[in-house]
Amino acid sequence: MSDAIVNRRQSLPAVMNPFQQHALVLAGQQVLSDGQSAILQTLRQQCAENFKRATWPGRKVEHWKYTSVQALKAYESAGWATPANLPEGFCSERLMTLNATRLVFVDGALDLAASDSMPAGISLFSEANALATQLISSHLGKIAGSVDLSRRNLFAALNSAWTADGLLIHVAQNVILEKPIYLVYINTGSKAVANQRNLVVMEQGANAQLIEHFLSTSAEAPDSGFVNTLTEIHIGQNAQLHHTRLNLEHESAAHVGAVHVNLMRDAVFNGFTVAEGSKLKRLDYQLNHCGQGASLNFDGVYLARHDQLVDYHTCIEHRVPHCTSQQAFRGIVGDKAKAVFNGRIHIFQDAQKTLAEMNNRNLLTSDTAEINTKPELEIYADDVKCAHGATISQLDDTALYYLQSRGICPSQARMMLSFGFINELLSGLPVEDVKLWLENWLRNRFSENRSLVSDIKPRVNAGADL
Amino acid sequence: MLEIHELFAKVEGKQILNGLSLSIKPGEVHAIMGPNGSGKSTLGNVLTGRSGYEVISGDAKFNGKNLFDLEVEERARDGLFLAFQYPVEIPGVSNMEFLKASVDARRKHLGLPDLSSFDFMKLARESSQKVSLDPAFLKRGVNEGFSGGEKKRNEIMQMMLLEPSLCILDETDSGLDIDALQVVAAGVNAMRSPARSFIVVTHYQRLLDYIVPDYVHVLSHGKIVRTGDKELAKELEAKGYGWLEEEGV
Ligand SMILES: Nc1ncnc2c1ncn2[C@@H]1O[C@H](COP(=O)(O)OP(=O)(O)O)[C@@H](O)[C@H]1O
Ligand SMILES: [Mg+2]
Repeated sequence: MSDAIVNRRQSLPAVMNPFQQHALVLAGQQVLSDGQSAILQTLRQQCAENFKRATWPGRKVEHWKYTSVQALKAYESAGWATPANLPEGFCSERLMTLNATRLVFVDGALDLAASDSMPAGISLFSEANALATQLISSHLGKIAGSVDLSRRNLFAALNSAWTADGLLIHVAQNVILEKPIYLVYINTGSKAVANQRNLVVMEQGANAQLIEHFLSTSAEAPDSGFVNTLTEIHIGQNAQLHHTRLNLEHESAAHVGAVHVNLMRDAVFNGFTVAEGSKLKRLDYQLNHCGQGASLNFDGVYLARHDQLVDYHTCIEHRVPHCTSQQAFRGIVGDKAKAVFNGRIHIFQDAQKTLAEMNNRNLLTSDTAEINTKPELEIYADDVKCAHGATISQLDDTALYYLQSRGICPSQARMMLSFGFINELLSGLPVEDVKLWLENWLRNRFSENRSLVSDIKPRVNAGADL
Repeated sequence: MLEIHELFAKVEGKQILNGLSLSIKPGEVHAIMGPNGSGKSTLGNVLTGRSGYEVISGDAKFNGKNLFDLEVEERARDGLFLAFQYPVEIPGVSNMEFLKASVDARRKHLGLPDLSSFDFMKLARESSQKVSLDPAFLKRGVNEGFSGGEKKRNEIMQMMLLEPSLCILDETDSGLDIDALQVVAAGVNAMRSPARSFIVVTHYQRLLDYIVPDYVHVLSHGKIVRTGDKELAKELEAKGYGWLEEEGV
C-alpha cells in the first residue's frame, strides 16, 4: 500500500463533520496494550488519515446514494461502550445451541464467562504469540487494503483507526476444524460505540466453519449502540471456509460492517448472510478471487419493516482466470422500510474463463416500502460467462390460488409463501442446527409480523441498467 | 351434490363457457371429455373460484349453497376439491406443512379437533404409501422438482387427506404410465362412496377402464353437447370429436 503517493493525489481534507471529528477523538482515547505490534500502530494512524480525507457519504457519493448515515448524528458525543453484564439466562435463551467453539463479545469486549476457552490458533491480538504476531503483521489491513482505493469504504478505514484489539483465527495447513467457531456479538443497548475486528487466516488445505451472530439485549432505547465491524479473511490454497453471518440486532442499533475475503488458488468460500433492517444497517462484502480455480457461493437474505433500512453492497473481483462466483440474494421489504442491494462483479482483463452468476429477488409488501436493486457489471475479459438478474415482485397468484383451493385462508397462504421465498435459500446452510434455528426464527418473524406478508402493488425503483 | 345451471363464464375477456348445465348426485362419477381448449379446465377453475375466471351468468349450487357466493378457501372447506391439471410448485414450503395447513383448515370447518403433529405425520405417511409416493416427498418443497407422475400422485394424496365430497380430477391421467395410472385409479376407487361424487376430466378413454363412470359428457365450445354412458367414451376414442362438433353445433 503506498498511501504517501495516494495522499498526494487526493485533495486536501474537507472540513470534517462533528461525527468524523468525534470519531478521531474516540480513537485517541484508546490505550493499546504493550504486547500490540507496531504494525497495528501504523495501521491505525494511516487509516485515521484515510478516514479524515474520505468523502463523507451523501446522495452524490455513488456507493451511498440510497443510504443515509444521518443516524450517526446520535453518536456525535457518544463514548466507548463499557461492557455490561448479560441478563440472566440470555445466552441459553437467545443464542443458538451449537456444538461449536463459542466466543461471546459484549459491546466489543470478550466476555470470558460466556465464552469457551480458546483453542489453539485462536487468540486476541493483545495476547498474540510470536506466530500470531507474524500473521497479524502479514495480513491485517492488507486484505481490506487490496481493493483499489476509490472503492474502499471509509468505515473500513475507521475500523482500522479504532482497532485497539481484535480476534485472530488461524487454521494451520491441512487442519480441519471439527467444531464450527461461533462468534457472538451482543449489543447491550447503551448509546455508545463499539468496534470489532477479526482476522481469519486459513493456510493451505485448511477447512473451517465460522458463524458470526450479532444481536441486542434490550429493545427499549430509541438509540442503542453504533457498531463498526470488519472481518478480514485469507483463504489459502485449496482451503475451504463456510462463513455465516447473522445481523439480527434490534432496530434501534446502527451497524456498519464489512467482510473482506481473499481467495487463493483453488480456495472455496461458501458464504451465507442474513440481516434484519435497523435504523442504519450497511453491510459490505468484498470477495476477491486472487488465485486460479477459486470458487465462491454466496447467498443472502434480508428483511426490513417499520422504517428500517438494510443495505447490502457486494463486490466480487475476478482478478485471475478460471474462477467462479455464484450469488443469490432475496429480500422482503414492508411498511416504510428500505432495502438496497448493490451487486458488483468486476472481471479483470486477465480473468478469462470466469463464470459469474448473480441473482436478486425481492418481495415488496407495502406500497410505501422501497427497494433499490442494482447490478454493477464491469467486464474486461472477453471469454467469460456472466449472468445476472434482478426482480421485484409480489407473491405468485397461482401459488396463492393453489393454497386457497386447499382451504388455506389468504393471510396464512401469504405467510407460507413469503416464508418459503426466504426459506428456499436456507436449504444450502451447512450446519443443520444453524439452519433449524434460522428456520424457526423466520417462522416467528412471519407469524408475529403482518407487515412482511401483506401484498399491495409495489412501487419500483430499479437500477438504471436493469 | 352439484347443480350447474346455464353457466356462462369468461377468461381475460374471452367467453369460454357457453351455457353449461350439469347435475351430479351423491355417489356418481361423471366423466367429461372434449377436445383441447373446449373449456374443461375452465370449468374446474370457475367452480373453485380462481381469480380471473369470471362468471357472466348462471349459477352453481353445491350441497344447496350457491358456490359463487363463497371464497376459494370456503369452497374447499365445504368439500370441493380440484386435482390440478398442472400442480403448482412452491419451493421453500414443505409438503408436510402444506398438507397439515390444509387438513387443519378443513377439520376446523367441520368442527373436528386438531390433529397433533405426530398423528398428522402418521396419517400423511400412510397416505403417501397408498399412492406409492416415498414419504421423503413429504419433506420436500410442495411439488418442487417432482416428476409429472409424482405431482399427480401428490394431488391424489391431498384428496385422500381432505376427504372432499366432490372431487374434480383435471386430466390427472395425462402423461402417466400404466403403473401410475393404476395407482391413481385405485386411490379414486377406494374413495368412492355413496356420499362422494367425482368429475373426472380426461382426454383418454383408457382411464375409464379403471374408473368406471356413471355418465360420460362431451364438452365442446364451452357446453355439453352429448351425454352417454361409458360406451360413449369408447366411441369418442375410435371416432374422435369431429363428428360431434359437426352434429352438435
Ligand atoms: N388464464 C387464461 N387466460 C387466457 N385464456 C385462457 C385462460 N385459461 C383458459 N383460457 C382459454 O380458454 C380456452 C379453454 O381453455 P381450457 O379450459 O384450459 O381448455 P381445456 O382444459 O378443455 O383444454 C382456451 O382457448 C384457452 O386458451
Ligand atoms: Mg385443461
